[in-house]
Amino acid sequence: MSSFAKPLIRRKDAPTNDLGLIRADYDGAMSTLCAGCGHDSVTAGLTRAFFELSIAPHKAVKVSGIGCSSKTTAYFLGQSHGINTVHGRMPAVATGAVAANSALSYVGVSGDGDSLSIGLGQFVHAMRRNVNMLYMLENNGVYGLTKGQFSAAADFGASSKKGEINEQPPLDPVSLALSVGATFVARAFSGDKDQLVSLIKAGLKHKGFALIDVISPCVSFNDHKGSTKSYAHAYKYYHPAIHADYVPVGKEITAAYQAGELLPVEMHDGGTLQLRKLQNGYDPRDRARAMAKVFETKDSDETVTGLLYIDETQKDMHALNRMEARPLNEIPYAELNPGADKLEALQKKFR
Amino acid sequence: MSALQSRAALNDFTIKLANVNGTGSSSANGLLMKAIFRMGIPVVGKNIFPSNIQGLPTWYEIRVTEKGYHGRSGDVHLMVAMNAKTYTQDLAELSPGGVLLYDSTWPHPEFMNRSDITVIGVPFARMCNGAFKAARSRILMKNMAYIGSVVALLDLDMKVIHELVREMFAAKPKLIDLNLQALTLGFDHVKEHFDGTLDIKVEARDLTTGKIMIDGNEATALGCVFGGATFGAWYPITPSTSIMDGFTKYCRMFRVDPETQEHKYCIIQAEDELAAAGMVVGASWNGARAFTPTSGAGISLMSEFIGYAYYTEIPMVLFDVQRTGPSTGMPTRTQQCDMQICAYASHGDTCHILLFPSQPQECFEMAAQALDLAERFQTPVFVLSDLDIGMNDWMVDALSWDDSYQPDRGKVLSKTDLEKMDKFHRYLDVDGDYIPYRTLPGTDPKGAYFTRGSGHNKWGSYTEEGQEYKELVDRLRNKWASAADKVPAPVLKASKGSSNYAILSVGSCDGAVIEACDRLEAQGVHLDYMRVRGFPFCQQVEDFIDAHDTVFVIEQNRDAQLLNLLLVETNVAREKLVPILHYSGEPLDYRFVFQALHEALALRKTA
Ligand SMILES: Cc1ncc(C[n+]2csc(CCOP(=O)(O)OP(=O)(O)O)c2C)c(N)n1
Ligand code: SF4
Ligand SMILES: [Mg+2]
Repeated sequence: MSSFAKPLIRRKDAPTNDLGLIRADYDGAMSTLCAGCGHDSVTAGLTRAFFELSIAPHKAVKVSGIGCSSKTTAYFLGQSHGINTVHGRMPAVATGAVAANSALSYVGVSGDGDSLSIGLGQFVHAMRRNVNMLYMLENNGVYGLTKGQFSAAADFGASSKKGEINEQPPLDPVSLALSVGATFVARAFSGDKDQLVSLIKAGLKHKGFALIDVISPCVSFNDHKGSTKSYAHAYKYYHPAIHADYVPVGKEITAAYQAGELLPVEMHDGGTLQLRKLQNGYDPRDRARAMAKVFETKDSDETVTGLLYIDETQKDMHALNRMEARPLNEIPYAELNPGADKLEALQKKFR
Repeated sequence: MSALQSRAALNDFTIKLANVNGTGSSSANGLLMKAIFRMGIPVVGKNIFPSNIQGLPTWYEIRVTEKGYHGRSGDVHLMVAMNAKTYTQDLAELSPGGVLLYDSTWPHPEFMNRSDITVIGVPFARMCNGAFKAARSRILMKNMAYIGSVVALLDLDMKVIHELVREMFAAKPKLIDLNLQALTLGFDHVKEHFDGTLDIKVEARDLTTGKIMIDGNEATALGCVFGGATFGAWYPITPSTSIMDGFTKYCRMFRVDPETQEHKYCIIQAEDELAAAGMVVGASWNGARAFTPTSGAGISLMSEFIGYAYYTEIPMVLFDVQRTGPSTGMPTRTQQCDMQICAYASHGDTCHILLFPSQPQECFEMAAQALDLAERFQTPVFVLSDLDIGMNDWMVDALSWDDSYQPDRGKVLSKTDLEKMDKFHRYLDVDGDYIPYRTLPGTDPKGAYFTRGSGHNKWGSYTEEGQEYKELVDRLRNKWASAADKVPAPVLKASKGSSNYAILSVGSCDGAVIEACDRLEAQGVHLDYMRVRGFPFCQQVEDFIDAHDTVFVIEQNRDAQLLNLLLVETNVAREKLVPILHYSGEPLDYRFVFQALHEALALRKTA
């Protein structure tokens, strides 16, 4: 069995969100991943973010490909529609789904194998189209589900559990995303829940394609010495550069920051994204600087994390296609049928 | 002359125009065909073109057929030879008694080797070089000049031609005079230098009222618009591309809000066919009427998603405009070579619903039917036309639409439905019709379910239990089989006499088969004819085969794909089915069918 139903336990004192729902209302089936798998932490992060943003579960849609990571869409938001598609092709299904109804919140979950090998083309093209969705790339450097082969994200010089050394350069989703015009590019680590949750919230609120490349260790096949995607390696080298806090409309900004430290970005829903620089001279609204930063750190062991780039001004797929706000499935047929008389008239040119 | 070739007669002959592609000839040739149509005489047009943009041989065939047949004749009575590179072939193809019209700027004495034809030379290049300055217009006007000569030879109504030229260049009035001048050049030259009489003559009739000339792809696009499709994803591939061109054109015409300029549709040019199929799956899953047009190579790529949609029960409409395979094959030549792959596309036990239009008007109707069937049965539905249907202009009855039509959106639960229910199970056969209910995202928390291509049971949960798996896939098989009565019914043409012999055919073979039947009938040979229009086959198909001793299965592929499907999916006796196969890539002509049947029947009589 790949999933078990989780018993819903309602404690009286459980905190509720703006909809009056408790955290458990955002749970899904019981995970069947290996104990300690990074993907489970991402699942927990997603659950918390949806809960805290007070998004009604049935107004969210989960889309995934194939892999351990892609399985996780069954493990959160049990009251949402979910669709586990085919290997590497989640972006296309998400694109079609978003096109049909843009009024829902879409989260795509994929792995590094799913997105960077078999699905590289679709991954890139979804970014080019700026499909309005959050895209979680749960990156463990291996194919977990097929038992530990190197993925295209395996770092140069990394060793596999069996001792092979990877001598091919890795595909880095972050620099790839920056180069194809993605409008929200972030990197996170499954071990830093607070950063992860704030990025997920920001990504869900971003109008357009939001990529979060999450270092999400595979304890069964890629957590050994010599791996560059292990917990130990991630804890040692990960480096938060920009912190992002989503603040809904009308909510006070509570944390106190030093002047000049904050960069506010206005979001489409009226909320604000408070970006906090953790490193000097870095501005996540500057694509060239973001690129430079990512490239500088590529050759070092340092893994920069946080919201590395954001552009809230670009048109999303819906706007690019000049679509009306009403979902396609809600337009009554009477508005779609040109009518028999129009058909008659247009056939003059065929005579 | 072989017994099968027939001489030209009034309003009954075939013109073939041999050109070089990229020289603008096809619009001139189309104009010629349209003129004959407007004079009230039925026509058949076939564009035989290369997979190339400029410089290779291309032919346009216009059959003038007072009887209104849909197929090619197999004869050529007037060859307009405008491509020196194909002279030898074009000369050889001309039927005895035929006429060769060529550009005599360069003399070709070898044309005189055939004493059974009339050769008419007109110095088109020289005349056009004298009359027009710009290099490009010299090339273009040569087309109009030969049309002028043909007008003179056939006695066409010049008024009709002028009217068409004016319509064609309505947006560029400067070109009207140039074109009329070129027409006159060719016309006058023939009138001055040729005074013989020819068999090829056109006389006005009133046989095209209520008819239109349209290609199958344009009709398909209209069918999608009227059928209420709101989402289309595609990747360009000949010969299907013009479906999306048409859909785009008509959506812009009818689906843009005049005030806000906002679209009530979404068209995405995908990065490949895998993505196009995935987008259709996503859009359909989310409740939009969605389709993708493609051709064989695209079906190969889409196969994984087709199996996914089949197993997860997501509606999906695919238009496969078949072209010659395998692989890239001959991309601009026609065939019916994807019937088998579409019937069972994807790995694992899969079977799909197929519709087979035979001409554009059926493309229009079947497009809307396919959208209905896909949502009713929650499964992929294929409409298999071909290059001949899709890209050639056919004379068909004008399209009509019943405004009382309401799309069949299938078994989709609303919020109110869900509120009344105790619990929703996605794959439960509640009504005993093998079709479960589905819900759309966003409707109600109660409607939530998880769609997966991995093993699932009737409750919608993951399973690896053999029994649960079997129960579900057995239902899928039954669901598919139950579509047999819902796909368009076969069309039967009974012979006048009683016959133990019959024909079974499909799609664009229809015109040639009907004509061959008529001609055999005239010789006292009786053949019943059934054209299948849907798969799974309904009982009538099996009964028809059972009722005859021998059934010739006529189709356009090498491997007898329709015949194979009949053997697999019905209980008919194998020895009854005799294949007649045409797979050169050119549209079928009645002579081929006639000859094949003639020989097969003679063989059976002497045996
Ligand atoms: C067409 C196809 N080829 C191969 C597979 C087998 N397969 C399943 S998951 C997977 C790799 C998944 O890797 P990744 O996306 O990194 O996910 P992880 O398990 O590491 O989270 C492969 C190759 C498949 N399901 N489909
Ligand atoms: S194999 Fe690796 S990726 Fe898969 S569940 Fe186990 S730890 Fe996670
Ligand atoms: Mg992986």
